[in-house]
Amino acid sequence: MMSRAARGAPGGRPPGLALLTVDPIACDGRGLCAEIAPELVTLDDWGYPIVPAQPVPPRWLTHAREAVRLCPKLALKLE
Amino acid sequence: MSGNRFAGPAVPAVPAVRTGPRLLTGGFPGAPTSLHDHLARHNPLLTRLCRSSADALIEEVRLAGLTGRGGAAFPAARKLASVAAAGGRPVVVANGTEGEPASAKDKVLAATEPHLVLDGAVIAAAMVGARKAYIVVDPVVVATMEFAVAERVAARLDRVRLRVVPAADGFVAGEASAVVNWIERGVPAPRSTPPRLAERGLHGQPTLVNNIETLAQIALIARYGARWFRSAGTQAEPGTMLVTLTGAVRTEGVREIEIGRPVRDVLALAGGLSVPVSALLLGGYSGAWVRWPDVADLPFSAAGLAGVHAGPGAGLIAALPADRCPLVETAAIARYLAGESAGQCGPCLFGLGAISAELTSLAAGRPSSPDLIRRWLGQVDGRGACRHPDGAARMIRSALSVFAAEVSEHLGGWCTGPSSFPVLPFPYRRPA
Amino acid sequence: MIATLAGTQGLWFLSRGTGLVLLALFSVIVALGVAVANGSATRRWPRFSVVELHRTLSLFGIALLVLHVVTALLDPFVNIGWAATLVPFVSPYRTAAIAAGTLAVDLAGAVLVTSVLRHRLKFRTWRAVHWLAYAAWPLAFIHSLTAGNDLGIWWVGLIEWGCAALVGTAVLARVFGRSRSGRPPVKSPARRADEAMVR
Repeated sequence: MMSRAARGAPGGRPPGLALLTVDPIACDGRGLCAEIAPELVTLDDWGYPIVPAQPVPPRWLTHAREAVRLCPKLALKLE
Repeated sequence: MSGNRFAGPAVPAVPAVRTGPRLLTGGFPGAPTSLHDHLARHNPLLTRLCRSSADALIEEVRLAGLTGRGGAAFPAARKLASVAAAGGRPVVVANGTEGEPASAKDKVLAATEPHLVLDGAVIAAAMVGARKAYIVVDPVVVATMEFAVAERVAARLDRVRLRVVPAADGFVAGEASAVVNWIERGVPAPRSTPPRLAERGLHGQPTLVNNIETLAQIALIARYGARWFRSAGTQAEPGTMLVTLTGAVRTEGVREIEIGRPVRDVLALAGGLSVPVSALLLGGYSGAWVRWPDVADLPFSAAGLAGVHAGPGAGLIAALPADRCPLVETAAIARYLAGESAGQCGPCLFGLGAISAELTSLAAGRPSSPDLIRRWLGQVDGRGACRHPDGAARMIRSALSVFAAEVSEHLGGWCTGPSSFPVLPFPYRRPA
Repeated sequence: MIATLAGTQGLWFLSRGTGLVLLALFSVIVALGVAVANGSATRRWPRFSVVELHRTLSLFGIALLVLHVVTALLDPFVNIGWAATLVPFVSPYRTAAIAAGTLAVDLAGAVLVTSVLRHRLKFRTWRAVHWLAYAAWPLAFIHSLTAGNDLGIWWVGLIEWGCAALVGTAVLARVFGRSRSGRPPVKSPARRADEAMVR
């Protein structure tokens, strides 16, 4: 009981919603994600992506998946 | 289950409430408490635990309400429980790196009471089912630690294998995953968090990384129990903590305090202020600034300092003389923090550099834009693999808001400080 | 049909023809790969389209490669043997020349497999295998020079030189391009501040 709580269940998101995350160490600021999904990803002043903290709305899910697929450093994840 | 399962023979009388130090109990740097004296003061600690005893002990730590003393104040029992539940072959890392330049508490604790730290590492290992513990300490105290380990090995005290590792240089080298990388690969760079260290850390095994002060506190809780631990400190933040007092105080140094003592009283332990002081930097170089009048009578605790947007952090209290310019100090710290970036994440590497350059211009009275700084602070916060940019952002944000008056003065081109040389200390980086 | 083609040397032409096209295609693919790694882009060709073009042409190249190998093996005039597809130095016909091609195919196969499985591998593993493409191209080039008899034709030589020039330029661009893969050059704070204002 304590262990499961301690391990920390993933934040209670309703199923079907996905969060776009970027691994900041893998990311090199190439910017493909911002090209593919500009409605989700904006670039900071140094070219690195800022991803939304909220789950991806369903209508942008395709773009999000494309961005994940095409990232040259495999830094993006949709979970 | 009988009551004395942790401490062997009779548990000594609970020390009187609100009396005396618990951690810093008599050793001096250069003359650490020997194993013999340590065992005379505290009874031997039973460290061969079966699984149910280990779980019960974790519960005791939870009841004690101990939080991490490395700065993040994460509940200690929760971390113990996740590593214990993770399976595999867990390993313990005692983190005494103390990358914070102005903080000395871990070095002092390791130098004066190494056996308390080692007790903590051993009992924590027993609690999570680990057979090996790495003790990472500043090179200055490695010899003391190794001697203490040798004493224990000669006395055949522990079943856990203890290995002392000299800590790496650098501010981020003290970050938990950076310590793991340092031991594993010789590179003190933080990792991205999935997977967490409690699941996959050192050599892919579940790893418990605890500050050495936290481990020392665990060693005391294991002997004397949660009620004893809670007899000091506040209800929400029980126990004692080590603080480093530096800057404009009469005797700089490390002291042990009950959490929740008024800041004024804490400074009195260092002989009080040596000159009139305008502000304090609390927590660490990635902590927060507060004006002296605002904080003098507040309790030194997370709850007490929350109102002024500060916290005890890693226990640093740096007092800034009133005749020095706080923006000059802030800019110097910002430059230091920017240089200490591990360089793995773009926003931290480039962002902190840009912010510190702009802040330096501001501090020097050259044309600069605090709005640009605030924009960039928003862009670095939370965007790295570790909390380094977050901490720098917090410190700088607090400076811009607390010292708003000075910011206006500097924008107008004049400064009340005597010079542009900072007074807070920075480390000399040992050549790699 | 094969007999008819064989009778008119069709398979042999097809094999050599596809080989030349393949060399040109491979060279373009390498150049595009460098463009991806350097993060090059134009307004009409944003980075993601450069990546997609590189991948699409690579897959097309694999298909063309299959055609090239199969036509060469089916051709009755030269005896290469099916084993030589993957195992080097077993072809009775021009052993060394074919071996260079075989090795290029092997390396290309490894690149293909790791690229298809990209999201399941560690990035470093994928990148290490992908760099083998820099070894595959010279092998393919040597194969193109030695496995056929067509260097006498003027435009064949032109294609060979052109491909070599393209790949040579690409490699130089890769070496002297970004110092760290994909990282933009560090801008001075003043310049960054200006750009921030403009944005």
